[in-house]
Amino acid sequence: MKIRLDAVEKSFDSFRAVRGVSLEVESGELVALLGPSGSGKTTILRMVAGLEYADGGSIHFGSVDATDIPVRDRGVGFVFQHYALFPHMTVGENIAFGMKVSKQKRSKAEIDARVADLLRLVKLDGLGNRFPAQISGGQRQRVALARALAVDPKVLLLDEPFGALDTNVRRDLRRWLREIHQELGITTLFVTHDQEEALDLADRVVILNDGQIVQEGTPEEVCRQPASAFVMKFLGDTNKLKAMVTSGVAAIGNARIEAPGFPDGAVDVFLRPADLDWANEGEGIAATVVRVIDKPSGRRMLAVTETGEAVELDVAPETVVTAQQRGVVTIERARLFSADQPTSRLI
Amino acid sequence: MTRRRVLPGLPLALGVTLVYVSIIVVLPLGALVFKAASLGFADYWAIVSSPRAVASYRVTALSALGATVFNLVFGLALAWVLVRYRFPGRRLIDALVDLPFALPTAVAGIALTTLFAHNGWFGSFLANFGIKVAYTPLGIMVAMAFTSLPFIVRTVQPVLEDLDPALEEAAQSLGGSDASIFRRVILPLLTPAILAGVSLSFARSLGEFGAIIFIAGNQPYETEITSLLAFIRLEEYDYQAAAAIASVLLITAFVMLAVTNLLQARALRYTVKN
Repeated sequence: MKIRLDAVEKSFDSFRAVRGVSLEVESGELVALLGPSGSGKTTILRMVAGLEYADGGSIHFGSVDATDIPVRDRGVGFVFQHYALFPHMTVGENIAFGMKVSKQKRSKAEIDARVADLLRLVKLDGLGNRFPAQISGGQRQRVALARALAVDPKVLLLDEPFGALDTNVRRDLRRWLREIHQELGITTLFVTHDQEEALDLADRVVILNDGQIVQEGTPEEVCRQPASAFVMKFLGDTNKLKAMVTSGVAAIGNARIEAPGFPDGAVDVFLRPADLDWANEGEGIAATVVRVIDKPSGRRMLAVTETGEAVELDVAPETVVTAQQRGVVTIERARLFSADQPTSRLI
Repeated sequence: MTRRRVLPGLPLALGVTLVYVSIIVVLPLGALVFKAASLGFADYWAIVSSPRAVASYRVTALSALGATVFNLVFGLALAWVLVRYRFPGRRLIDALVDLPFALPTAVAGIALTTLFAHNGWFGSFLANFGIKVAYTPLGIMVAMAFTSLPFIVRTVQPVLEDLDPALEEAAQSLGGSDASIFRRVILPLLTPAILAGVSLSFARSLGEFGAIIFIAGNQPYETEITSLLAFIRLEEYDYQAAAAIASVLLITAFVMLAVTNLLQARALRYTVKN
């Protein structure tokens, strides 16, 4: 089922949570709504579900205008951030709930069979008689998904589905959700503030800030062609350095970066730690090492340039470097944004 | 070696509370049981199974049951309204709920009698329909309902407040109607609190005295409650008979509280971790 949002608006008291958001999610697509807290992503998801009504604009499911259809008739599966499992019902009863309250009558045998199927799908066979308090967080998450899928929803909506889990469980569940999505082909929209999660899982990522879409595209598109300094910063660790452009070339220290199309004057240069390297001398930005942090994949250096700007860079694990050492930061890749562009709040 | 404790003050706190419980609770009840026990079984049985005593049990228990059922429905509705809706005067109503606790029960009894007497505001109105409240078991029920109202409201209210709204949203998104969400999700989660409130309300109604004696009419076999009968025996200096009758109330209250505790544990079995 295709979802289409058209100029959707939502305010809470005087706070404009969502400002004219238009978005299309193709049938069978897996899309992430990514943004910092307060960016309106959860509100958008809740409006798609019918848990909030839009103040303006429209929401279509396929060709049906769903804007004013109440949640219970909208045919969505919603997985809540903290799962919202019914604590007094067993896992099996939780999954069966939607079928039991449905207007469409099913026999007990039919319901039991479907519950058993879903338990198998979410790899929880044999746990049907446990109560939610008796299973782990990751298992609860899967029960919540099975419960949402039990009513054959047209679209699946997940609010920070992995937010409350620890890192290893998250990674496994992410891959597993991807598999389930592949298997069922159900249109899925999920909300997250974790860029890694969005990039790892989604076919398409929609990045939000202050209630508006700032960029949407495939993970590759948003990573390689960030539309703004905000997107650049939000998608991962980045250094922002000031530079001066003269005749299409930006200068930072002794480094020169092509800046075609930028007028002469100040410019912001954004550099990922992996876009930088360290050398004892040469073309680059003179800097002093403040601290070296060792990580499994390499070494993260914290340095200060001669102009007093902090810079972080990732270097190969073999690099020999110590604090207080002086040297040069070399630039392999950089992205420029006009300095006067209003950059959003820090993240 | 004694185990070291992190929280200080156990010996002192335990000592003080044990002394308190002994003096205020256990000692009087012990004296009551001791007095009743001094009768010998045949005499004890003759007193507690006398027709007048049995009639008083029936009046007391049935009225308490009626009052509790009324409070169950009305108290639940009151707690629901106070938690779920915001309206002018909400805080005032919230404060009024505790009034039956604060008001001397005799004052409540006199006020209710005045209102429900055949020439009172409510009484004269109800008389049009042939309903008599004052000096009937119905009056006892009214007095019991009044004094025990706060129990159910105050036990259900905090649980209702803490109910995660996402549970209802989840039930809605799964297609549940309002009625089925209430019956299948909300009510079961409130059950332990309701049981606690019901047992307190019923126990209080069994033992209520001050508010009832004014409105009941106190006719033996008709509108005489058990605690009044015990009081009458006391006034006749028949301490043993008074203790015997009171012990019946005591045992009833004990059994009932034990049963509700069991029911509550059953209703909360889903919270037990493996």
